[in-house]
Amino acid sequence: MTVTEGLHMTVLGDARATPRRTALICLMLGAALLASIVLVSLFGSERLPASESLCTLFSLGRRGCGLSAAQTAILMDIRLPRILLAAAVGASLAAAGASYQALLRNPLAEPYLLGISNGAAVGTMLSLVFLGQFAFARPLLAFGGALLATLLVYRLAAGRTGTTPERLILSGVIVTTFLSSVIVFVTTLLDATRIRSFTFWLLGDLSGSAGNLLIVSIVVSILCTTVLSFHARSLNLLMLGERDAFDLGVEVSRVRFTVFIVASLLVGSSVASSGSVGYVGLVVPHLVRLSFGSDNRLTIPAAALLGAMFVVIADTLARTLIAPRELPVGAITAIIGAPLFIYLLRRG
Amino acid sequence: MLEAQNIVARYGSRTAVDSVSLTLSAGQITALIGPNGAGKSTLLRTLNGGMTLVAGVILLNGKPLEAFARREIAKHIAVVAQESDVRFPVTVLEFVLGGRYAWAGGTTWGWESVQDVESVSAVLRETSLLEMRGRLMNELSGGERQRSVLARALATEATHLLLDEPTANLDLSHQATILSLVRSRCNRRGVSALVITHDINLAAEFADNVLLLKDGRSLAYGPPQEVFRAELIEQAFAIKVLVDQHPMSTVPRITPVHEDRRSFR
Repeated sequence: MTVTEGLHMTVLGDARATPRRTALICLMLGAALLASIVLVSLFGSERLPASESLCTLFSLGRRGCGLSAAQTAILMDIRLPRILLAAAVGASLAAAGASYQALLRNPLAEPYLLGISNGAAVGTMLSLVFLGQFAFARPLLAFGGALLATLLVYRLAAGRTGTTPERLILSGVIVTTFLSSVIVFVTTLLDATRIRSFTFWLLGDLSGSAGNLLIVSIVVSILCTTVLSFHARSLNLLMLGERDAFDLGVEVSRVRFTVFIVASLLVGSSVASSGSVGYVGLVVPHLVRLSFGSDNRLTIPAAALLGAMFVVIADTLARTLIAPRELPVGAITAIIGAPLFIYLLRRG
Repeated sequence: MLEAQNIVARYGSRTAVDSVSLTLSAGQITALIGPNGAGKSTLLRTLNGGMTLVAGVILLNGKPLEAFARREIAKHIAVVAQESDVRFPVTVLEFVLGGRYAWAGGTTWGWESVQDVESVSAVLRETSLLEMRGRLMNELSGGERQRSVLARALATEATHLLLDEPTANLDLSHQATILSLVRSRCNRRGVSALVITHDINLAAEFADNVLLLKDGRSLAYGPPQEVFRAELIEQAFAIKVLVDQHPMSTVPRITPVHEDRRSFR
């Protein structure tokens, strides 16, 4: 090995994310996610025998593993779709959070705290109240609401001296509270029987996991996370400042536009299917950055995988802690997330 | 070669750069001097395509700047901006690798090629940053951070360097380090540099040409001996100066003359 090669190896190996390191970390997180999906599918208000359940899971629902028809239905038609939805929602929110943070140069940016989730929630509610018969209107209006809220917060936060983290969070609080009151108004249009399920949904509810919305959520989460990862190198420079990024060759307005749209799509689809699950987009990217560094080519996919795992576990707690009754999953993520947020705020 | 011909740039109705011409040719350092608000930074931004021109033209190797894609411009022109704060834990190596962005090939994830890493490690050695490549940007001292920002600009391998007060807030030895790095690039690789500075005497030492700017207009443009004349400096900065010769380097030496010294004490 020559001297330059030796130097090369050291420069390659340390202090930066390499394709090999990224692949390795993502493979490990992916394996952990799969393992957690399998594991938590054994838990629930209905006790299912473990080995028979595993056999049914791995044979993708074929009979003959010793579960009764009702048990197979609980496992494959109720529990598994819900777990998959949890994974899709977690991945969406964490990838969106990581991207918002890089784009807005703000480690505190998060869909829930910025009011983006609330924007999507208003969109979803409007579609339920006025366009109930059109199933496709729900994710579309949620996406539109998320996009509008993002633009609003961004414009409010852009003061004459630029956007500071504090200004952004303040604008987020204003937009969140405003949209909350809009939500209250819309709620009054509902009949009494639907109000309870609505409030539950607002706090994050993964029980409505059947059908098309599940497929939409999974497809959107995978596609959009991939698109965001493709922009990760540009985001690495945007994270350091728009001027710097421009000087180094990033087409700032195109990248900013794409990332805003795609991240809002992620938030919209996850809110449409499960309401506002808070803090995932904040806590997960932070943990990823603390452990693996700030290169978005690693942060975004790793955050998606870890976020999926986080919500899968949180939702398991939500449906088992006080079984047969359920907690909203948003309550669990907030109970874990809020103290972590305070910790990060004090540390930062 | 980077050439500006009678360029005009405006912020709203206020004209910030008014009919300025200059040429950055290979191996030469041009100092951009002028009082605060003279339009120095705006001129620098304009040269990089960061502002739309109201009139005039900027030619990069003979072709108008607008004819180039953003990435192509970044391969030819690198900017060292005034300090920006880094809010995320980014290592020096990651930061400097950012300079290779424009060279990323068609590979979708944009991972750095072997050549990218090679040229960055060369730059890190050149700027004495190799040992601290694993340190975080926001844990560096002012001098180290400014060296990293310069290293990132050098890593682009651009033939034109635009530096906005690269030595502000640096002590004498760090100022010399930064400027000698720029000088050696100019001498060894035929790079041209435009340096905004408030240190007139430093400019007299290192610059081949000086552009003196006031209220967006070019007051004088030429070698230091021509530009650093008492009447021009006094006109630009509205302060009396004494201009003599540096006893060692024989370049002009400018000393402000304070007639009413009591106003200082």
